[in-house]
Amino acid sequence: MAEFFHMGGYGAYVWAAYAVFAIALIADALTPLWQRRGTLRDIAARLRRDASRDGTIKSRPSGTEDQTQ
Amino acid sequence: MKPGTTSAACTALLRRDLALTWRRRGDALNPLLFAVIVVALFPFALGPDAQVLERIAAGTIFVAVLLAALLSLDSLFRSDLDDGSLEQLVLSPHPLSLLLACKIAIHWLTTALPLIVIAPLLAMLLHLPDRVLPVLLVALALATPLLSLIGAICVALTVALRRSGMLLTLLVLPLIVPVLIFGAGACNAAQAGLPYGAPLLWLGAWLVLALVLAPLATAAALKISLT
Amino acid sequence: MNPLLLWFHKLGSPPYFYRLAGRFLPWLYAIALISGVVGLYGGLVIAPADYQQGDSFRMIYVHVPCAWMSLFVYAFMAANSFVALVWRIKLSETLAMASAPIGAAFTFITLVSGSLWGKPMWGTWWTWDARLTSELVLLFLYLGVIGLYHAIEDTRQAARAAAFLALVGVVNLPIVHYSVVWWNTLHQGQTVSLMGQSKISSSMLWPLLTMAFATHVYFFASLLARARAALLALESGKDWVRGIAQARQANAHG
Repeated sequence: MAEFFHMGGYGAYVWAAYAVFAIALIADALTPLWQRRGTLRDIAARLRRDASRDGTIKSRPSGTEDQTQ
Repeated sequence: MKPGTTSAACTALLRRDLALTWRRRGDALNPLLFAVIVVALFPFALGPDAQVLERIAAGTIFVAVLLAALLSLDSLFRSDLDDGSLEQLVLSPHPLSLLLACKIAIHWLTTALPLIVIAPLLAMLLHLPDRVLPVLLVALALATPLLSLIGAICVALTVALRRSGMLLTLLVLPLIVPVLIFGAGACNAAQAGLPYGAPLLWLGAWLVLALVLAPLATAAALKISLT
Repeated sequence: MNPLLLWFHKLGSPPYFYRLAGRFLPWLYAIALISGVVGLYGGLVIAPADYQQGDSFRMIYVHVPCAWMSLFVYAFMAANSFVALVWRIKLSETLAMASAPIGAAFTFITLVSGSLWGKPMWGTWWTWDARLTSELVLLFLYLGVIGLYHAIEDTRQAARAAAFLALVGVVNLPIVHYSVVWWNTLHQGQTVSLMGQSKISSSMLWPLLTMAFATHVYFFASLLARARAALLALESGKDWVRGIAQARQANAHG
C-alpha cells in the first residue's frame, strides 16, 4: 500500500495532480447547488414579503387599498 | 430629411474626430510618454550593458508600444458614448461598420502613428542595431492597426461598462498574442540574420483579414452592448 | 409539425428543460462517478508503470482528459453562442454561459497537472511549450468570457456580449495555436513530448478512454445543474419558478 502511495518516487506530483483534479471538480459540482439554493431562498423570501404585505393591506380599511395599487 | 451620401457621412465623421483630437492634443501625447517611460525603465532594471539591451530591444519596444496602444483603446468610444453621438451613429442610415472603420482609422492615426514615429528614438535608447530598425518599423506599421482593429471589437463589447479598464485588458490580451509573436519575431529573426519575410507576410495577411472582418464584428458587438 | 422539431421547441422552454434536466441529473452524476472510479482504478492500479517515465505517467489520466475537455467545452460554448446570437434562443445563451466556468475549471486542471508533470520530466514547473502556452491563452479567453458576463448587469445582454466574445475567440484560437507553434520552433529546440512517440499499450489506453468518457458525462451533468440554477435566477418572476420556491418552502417547514 505504501508503495502504491509512493508511486515510484513521483507520489507527491501524482497525488497533487489528482488532488487538484478532485478539488476543482468538487467545487465546480457544488457551485450550482449553492446558486440554486440561494436563488430559491431569495424567491421564497420575496414571496413571503409579498404575502405579508397583501395581508396588511387586507386588514386595513378598504379606502387605503387603491392607493397601494 | 434626406440622408446624405455615405462618403459624405464618413468624411464628416473623420473631420469631426480629427478636430476633437486636435482640441485635446495634450491627451494624445499620453501614450507616447507612457511608451518612453516603459522603455526607459528596462535599462534601470537590467543594467546598462549594451549587449543585454540590444538582445531585448525589439521585444521591449513591441511590448511598450502595444501597452501604450492598449492604454488609449478605452477612449475609442468613451466620449462618443458620453455625449450620445455613438447612439446616433448606430441609428444612422449608413452602414455602421464603415463609420466605425473611419473611427478606428482616426484612432490609429492619432495614437498609434505617433508611436511608430518615435519608435526610432526608443530603438536608439535600447541600442537596437540599425539594420533591424526598418524591420521594426514595418512590423509596427502592420501590428498597430491590427491591435486597433481587434481592440475595437473588445471596446465595443465593454463600452457600456463604467469601469472597463482591467476587463478590457483581459479581453484584448489573448487576442493579440499572435500579433506580438510575429511582430517581435520578425525583428528578432532579422537581428539573428535569419529570413524575416514570412512573419511579416503573416501579419499582412491578418491585417487584410481584420480590415474586412473587424469593422463588421465591431458593429455587431456595439449593437449588442447598446440595446 | 415534425415530432422531433416539436420536441426541440419544447426543450427550449425553460420549465420543460428544468424538469427534464432535473430528471437526468442524478443519472449523469452517477454514470460520471462510476466510470471515473473505474477509469482511475484502471489507471492507478491496473495499468503498468511506463518504461520511460515510471509511475509519473499516471498523471496522464487527469491531464489528457482535462486537456481534451478544455477544447471540447470551448467548442460546445462557441456552438451554443452561435445559436444564441443567430436564433436568439434563451436556452442556448444559458447553456453557453453555464459551460464557461466548467471549461475554465478543466483548463485550470490541465495547466496545473501539466506543470506537476513537467517538474519531474523536464525539471521545471513551466516551459513555454506550444501546447502549454496555447492552453494558457485558452484560460485567458475563458476568464474573459466569464468576466464580461459578470460585468454587465442585464443578464441576457451580458450573455449575448460574452457569447460574441466566445465566437471571436474561436476565430482567434487556431491562429494563436499555430503562431505559438511557429514561435516555439524558432526559439528553442524540440521539447520532450509528454506522450512520447511510442504507441500506448491497451492496458494504459482503456483507463484513459474511460476517464475521457467520465469527464464528458461529468461536463454534461455540471452543465445541466448550472443551467438549471441560471434558469431559476433568470425567470425568477415567472409562475413556474414561484411554484418551485413555494413547494420547497413547504417541504422545509413541513
